[in-house]
Amino acid sequence: MEETDVILLVGSSTREAHPIFFHHVIRGVRNGARLYVVDPRRTSTAAWADLHLPLHVGADIALANAIGYVLIEQGLVDHDFVRRATTGFDAWAASVQQYRPEDVEEVTGVPAAMVRKVAIDYGRADRGVICWTLGITEHHNAVDNVRALINLSLATGKIGRWGCGLNPLRGQNNVQGGGDMGALPNKFPGFQDVVDPVARARVRSVWGDIDRTPEKPGWHLTAMFDAMHRGDLRGLWIFGENPAQSEANSGHAIDCLKRLDHLVVQDIFLTKTAELADVVLPGTASWCESEGSVTNSERRVQRCRRAVPPPDGARDDIEILVETAKRLGVDLGIRSPHDAWEELRRVSPMHAGMSWERLEAEDGLQWPCPSEDHPGTPFLHARLWEDPVPGQRAPFAVVAWAPVAEPVDESFPLLLTTGRKLDSYNTGVQSGHLGAPLSRGEALEMGPGTAAEHGLTEGDRVRVSSRRGAVETVVRIDPHLRTGLVFMTFHHPDQVDTNLLTVDTSDPAAGTAEFKAAAVRVERLSPAPAS
Amino acid sequence: MDLRHLDTEPSREEREAVDAVIGEGETLATVPLREARRLRAHLLPALHALQDRVGRITEGGLGYVCRRLHVPPAEAWGVVTFYALFNVDEERPTTVAHVCDDVACRLAGAERICGELAGTLGPEGKAVKGRGWMRSPCLGLCDQAPAALLVVPGAPPTEVLWGGVDAPSVAEAVRSGTAPERGGVQPLQPREALHLLRRVGQVDPTDIDAWRRSGGGAGLRRALELGPAEVIALVGRSGLVGRGGAAFPTARKWEAVARQPARPHHLVCNADESEPGTFKDRVLMEQDPYTVVEGVAIAAFAVGSELARIYVRDEYPLARQRLQHAIDTLRQRGWLGDDVLGRGVKLDVELVRGAGAYICGEETALLNSMEGLRGEPRQKPPFPSDSGLFGQPTAINNVETLANVPLILTEGPEAWAARGVPGSAGTRLFCLAGHVRRPGVVEVGMGTTLREVIALGGGTPSGRPVRAVLLGGAAGGFVTADQLDVPLTFEDTRRIGATMGSGVVLVLDDSADIADLLRRITAFFRDESCGQCVPCRVGTVRMEEWVARRSSGGSADPALLDDLGAVLRDASICGLGQTAASAVQSAVRLGLLGGGR
Amino acid sequence: MIELEIDGQKVTVPEGTTLMEAAATLGISTPTLCWAPNLDPATACRVCVVEVEGSRVLVPACGRKAEAGMVVRTNSDRVRTSRKMVLELLGSSVDLSAAEQVKPWMASLGADPSRMGPAAPPSAAGERDAARAGHHHATDGATAATVCQPIKVDNELYVRDYGKCILCYKCVDACGEQAQASFAIAVAGRGFDARISTELDKPLTDSACVYCGNCIGVCPTGALQPVTEHELRQEGAWEPERQTQTDTICPYCGVGCTLTLHVQDDRIVKVTSPHDASVTGGHLCIKGRFGTRFVAPRGS
Repeated sequence: MEETDVILLVGSSTREAHPIFFHHVIRGVRNGARLYVVDPRRTSTAAWADLHLPLHVGADIALANAIGYVLIEQGLVDHDFVRRATTGFDAWAASVQQYRPEDVEEVTGVPAAMVRKVAIDYGRADRGVICWTLGITEHHNAVDNVRALINLSLATGKIGRWGCGLNPLRGQNNVQGGGDMGALPNKFPGFQDVVDPVARARVRSVWGDIDRTPEKPGWHLTAMFDAMHRGDLRGLWIFGENPAQSEANSGHAIDCLKRLDHLVVQDIFLTKTAELADVVLPGTASWCESEGSVTNSERRVQRCRRAVPPPDGARDDIEILVETAKRLGVDLGIRSPHDAWEELRRVSPMHAGMSWERLEAEDGLQWPCPSEDHPGTPFLHARLWEDPVPGQRAPFAVVAWAPVAEPVDESFPLLLTTGRKLDSYNTGVQSGHLGAPLSRGEALEMGPGTAAEHGLTEGDRVRVSSRRGAVETVVRIDPHLRTGLVFMTFHHPDQVDTNLLTVDTSDPAAGTAEFKAAAVRVERLSPAPAS
Repeated sequence: MDLRHLDTEPSREEREAVDAVIGEGETLATVPLREARRLRAHLLPALHALQDRVGRITEGGLGYVCRRLHVPPAEAWGVVTFYALFNVDEERPTTVAHVCDDVACRLAGAERICGELAGTLGPEGKAVKGRGWMRSPCLGLCDQAPAALLVVPGAPPTEVLWGGVDAPSVAEAVRSGTAPERGGVQPLQPREALHLLRRVGQVDPTDIDAWRRSGGGAGLRRALELGPAEVIALVGRSGLVGRGGAAFPTARKWEAVARQPARPHHLVCNADESEPGTFKDRVLMEQDPYTVVEGVAIAAFAVGSELARIYVRDEYPLARQRLQHAIDTLRQRGWLGDDVLGRGVKLDVELVRGAGAYICGEETALLNSMEGLRGEPRQKPPFPSDSGLFGQPTAINNVETLANVPLILTEGPEAWAARGVPGSAGTRLFCLAGHVRRPGVVEVGMGTTLREVIALGGGTPSGRPVRAVLLGGAAGGFVTADQLDVPLTFEDTRRIGATMGSGVVLVLDDSADIADLLRRITAFFRDESCGQCVPCRVGTVRMEEWVARRSSGGSADPALLDDLGAVLRDASICGLGQTAASAVQSAVRLGLLGGGR
Repeated sequence: MIELEIDGQKVTVPEGTTLMEAAATLGISTPTLCWAPNLDPATACRVCVVEVEGSRVLVPACGRKAEAGMVVRTNSDRVRTSRKMVLELLGSSVDLSAAEQVKPWMASLGADPSRMGPAAPPSAAGERDAARAGHHHATDGATAATVCQPIKVDNELYVRDYGKCILCYKCVDACGEQAQASFAIAVAGRGFDARISTELDKPLTDSACVYCGNCIGVCPTGALQPVTEHELRQEGAWEPERQTQTDTICPYCGVGCTLTLHVQDDRIVKVTSPHDASVTGGHLCIKGRFGTRFVAPRGS
């Protein structure tokens, strides 16, 4: 970030959600980079931007395609790179012809001049980075949103080089590591496909009999809830997750969890989810009460270490798994996190070079790191610059804009979007103990226009309802929030369970739900308190 | 930037005053970092607008300025509280007489005046119905001591620096909000002895045609003919060195900037004359402002700067008015602007106001001040010629230095240099004040003896013998009666452990209370230290304590003074700390405090 | 590469190396208070000054870059006098009791702050904040002025004990553009009255502070302390020698900040981050630095 020329942050409240990453952004800006922020809200992140592109919620694809339109129109496509390293350019180029910035202004909400400025700056820059967060991925068309952005980096050759690339900023500690380790319905560790015979052979050589591992992808989270609802999924073991409060349309989620024959929750807190469990297994805080590793947003595998003993009765997560396996008659052969890691290195080629000793000694290692003399990989896709390109060329994707799953209408005239605040985190299980001087609790944030239309002022108590549920909270005025858009966090579900409102329509491939857009209505409950 | 601003609103007057200097307009909701940096240079003018209009920087006014300019309020507060002339206190007077109690004015009875004012106007710094008085460090009117500066807020504000004050006249000025204008100045020397001062008392400083008739403008004309490189070469041949105290060769400084590939280049004229006892630059700016601007313009042309800036101390309202008038009329007549004298050269000059901080006379502190930062010196290197104003190549010269440049160009470098001696070329201005019958600025060839300079003042008023001279100001040192035959060259003064510094010659007869002067000097450095580095921030406090003990007969360890002197001189960031102990050390060394070491 | 001489030894260093870094390659350690590896040199404390041949005055080793042919002395009489005096000036004006690193320097240089005279009584709360540039009360020299004053406690997460502040600028730089860019604090006032301040000396809770605590992370003298540390110190129970320090990764967002957990009696009493961690550069956010309270101390 420090050495790039243009930074495009899309759907990312980086300043508050990833404060330390934003330090790197600020250093980039100090070094002269232009910063462009795409967000429906004028966030604290947008406040740092050279330009803030205030798009309509869910218009990401239209905007990305409009940028693509300008890149082509202005001759900013890196045709050499496109020809050598990509496929599908022509189809994509044809598809974005419908997205002339002036023509899609109404859809995107972004003035065409702004779109052109960003496209030209990004296209002309030597180096450019695109980063996104949940504003892109918490939509029913999350995968298409991402692919629309990938197209831009492919068209300009801003990938596979230092100071370039595409960066999803991970919202949670080790969300990257979870995927790396194969906690996905269609992957073995190291992103090896469960249907790939070579991968199966490799895994078999380490794990032995894997014949009971299905040869077809399993369920992702959203599909699991559907299956619970149908009664196809009867038993569930949840590790360190609080879906009763964190799932979109959480009323429905709780209903599903209640239908289970058997629910095991392994957590360090008695969360709302744990309260529903048949068995609660007290785990340890993985980052300070047990040994192991996590992987951050930049694919850096990092050691976490035990600094304090766990409370009485709590047991290490690996130990719980190993012991459970033993009761089921299987010896996993693992006595320590180190053992588990050594096994992973044999299963996952991209981790093979990361010895425990190296992880211990170095400042983390970025995968892929295939051998012990390999330094790790600071950026991916460098192969696209080899001639000829080894392996598959990078595909453009034709993606079309589609409206949000639940547009506003007369009954639910406001669009609710959700996000994070600096001093809080997700459902507040951890951050609720912080006692932060900044914290002001949950509120429905709205712009002056919305407030005026509803006759509301700061501090008014209101009921917020969607098709799925209703909550009560107070009004807070954000002078920069556009009329018709309202905002809430889900940090204080014990006071205000925001996810009772959100939409659980999810992306068919990724399974992420559309937390970022739900139609709601607001009614005043009482006059504002005197203060 | 996601700055958190004060939400207090300004008054209508405050808003108008600020808008008048930075333009009206919608406050942008936010700006990127690079834009905020650009806006920052407007901070000092905006704060002045508030101070001028209402006599105070209120929370509402400060908040408005911060929102308009995207300055973090904490940083703006840091800037406001850095300067003595910005008032943030309710209780402090807004209509105020700043009464000089510094070295020259003390000799003229300033303490007695302050004592009387406490009786008539109330305690120092406490407003009675908005009016009152405050003590001030040297106001640069030592030739008319005792002096005071009257400031009355308004649109426009009233600002008058006047001399020969007594307690009743100060009290009357505060009550009436007016003070007498100063009359003209007549030099102490015959016209044929004067070069830099040749127009003083002779040519109307507000009349551009009079200035032209007296030969004004020929230097700039010649410079445009010669081109920048030749101008630098000529100034180099003259041997002109900086008159601000450091004596650095002017042409070398210009050359270092001119050859920098980075653009733009800047030329800054340091008119923050604040060394106690110094007033020569004020006289040049008040009495021959066109020539000062001409020198500035030539220097800017030489170094490749299209916009030169003159940083004038705020205590010099008349100098500012005259310079501004000179700039305006020169621009009208085509001597400044986008096409100077039709030669396709772009060259302009603007004024920047200081706000009451001696440290801003230090060149890098001055740059920070102009950028809207606290006036704290920068560690060198990098030198301003590499990284100066806004990080760009910058030449900084003192007023007297630049006023010499038109002369060098019109007379030729050899003729100019010949008025001095080898190694110390040209003439030099000295600020003759203290116990002399006729105080004032004098111009002598370098190499003239101190005794000859003092003689121009016509002896002590009391007829008592001269006991010592404070040479070079508070940052200089004492010279005793037996050393008066020292020729005023860099070499000779250094040989006797003295310095010409800024040209202060403060004469003290044998009635002078030197301990009292030293207490004032140490208090001055304690007040004026910017506070950035430890040696100066704490060392100046310990110096003041040491002198207080010594002068009240207490125990004052000489070894401690040596060590304080050493750490101040060796380890301070800038010249302020490096010279803060020199006057005290010289007084002790010369036995002026009595009792030997 | 640049060759220079330090204390009679030749040393070759890359361009851009500071004299302090160059000296370190020869095993010469340089005392410093205002320098931090993750901030630009402020060159303000002047404890690190060294003698460079040809330079009229001493130069700060922390900020001065090595130049070819430089001849540097780090232990000359001039250097020792200035360093000793800087320590005496600080020791006589600031409470250095929590600045452990200073004690051996004081001893080896023979610094004796007491020769500046008996300490003046501490200022009342707010008194130093009310000092105005260019004006101070005259002294009789009987006592040595100090910056001692009551501790500022205005939030639940950290305290500001400005009697311990040496004005090294680190907290301002970390709060400002060099790390957090919240700009909640700046240096206000001038000279000996200069102090770290919010706008109009407002409490932190009315300021732009976002409680990242990066100011605490860089404070060299304990003027800024997390409440946990402050309370333990007040109880006399702060025992660094009994604390373990363990590096781990922050449990919040996916950026992957290295946390150093300082543990005493099985309790996390302080969180810092190593300055050489590529992700953090030693800086954290409110959650990383203060968000570990959910790990309950044993027995509570």
